[in-house]
Amino acid sequence: MRRHILAFVSGALFTLGLAVGGMTEPRKVQAFLDFTGDWDPSLAFVMLGAVAVYALCHQLSTRRAAPWHSGEFSLPASRRIDARLVAGAALFGVGWGLAGLCPGPAWSALGTGNPTIVVFVAAMLGGMLLVRAAEASGSAPVRRAPITSAAARDG
Amino acid sequence: MSHFTPWPSLAGGIVIGVASGLLLLSSGQIAGISGILAGALTRPARGASWRWAFLAGMLLAGLELARLWPARFSLPGLPSLGLAGLAGLLVGVGTRLGNGCTSGHGVCGIARRSPRSLVATLTFILTGAITVFVLRRWLGAAA
Repeated sequence: MRRHILAFVSGALFTLGLAVGGMTEPRKVQAFLDFTGDWDPSLAFVMLGAVAVYALCHQLSTRRAAPWHSGEFSLPASRRIDARLVAGAALFGVGWGLAGLCPGPAWSALGTGNPTIVVFVAAMLGGMLLVRAAEASGSAPVRRAPITSAAARDG
Repeated sequence: MSHFTPWPSLAGGIVIGVASGLLLLSSGQIAGISGILAGALTRPARGASWRWAFLAGMLLAGLELARLWPARFSLPGLPSLGLAGLAGLLVGVGTRLGNGCTSGHGVCGIARRSPRSLVATLTFILTGAITVFVLRRWLGAAA
């Protein structure tokens, strides 16, 4: 139960951070990607703050055998840089640039009922299921990375 | 037109870091939103419940913040419905092939000094920048 309460609080804080940082504004995200235009470096400051604090938390976690409310840490251990990783990240970047939305801000804003957000999230979940279905049918290369736990993924 | 907001953005980033760190220390999980969404969607209910708790927290906080602070959820710059559908599909497929997005790779992975996450982050910033360049310079989309 405590684990779920803390996961809930973590999710709520995540949305708060996105909103404070301006990441719920697609135009601001696109302005970060507009290096040759009227560039707005704000997103780099969001990443800087988040990476600094998370690096500290990760350091703390390495001193513990297990998390507070779970049996083990599930961290991705793969170090393989392959075509699948780069192609996936490249496709994600195109979608991110087109809409100015990535999964976090889109999910945070779903409750507004904005039809564009609803369409984006539905298409995103559809895309995820598509990859899953292709993997299950064997038509997409399944990369089974060595991971510390069966449930671990990079992100 | 977008204004540079270094301090609010740094503060927002710190809150995101605290949120992700809390999930790591309490559940031992990476706060990658695309991975959590996909896991909630495709994994059996057993073991997925912390994902739903996290996603519910995000969603409800968004609802409450949109009420308290409507300007931050007025979502300026959203594309047309058709473009949003195409973008969503690319984000869904891309994040599953690449095993992560801005949060999982860009924040958690980079902080853990994962070479995979560094490559993924540089890649999606590059293709995102090319996409915005084409949209704004060639196709004349408004900034």
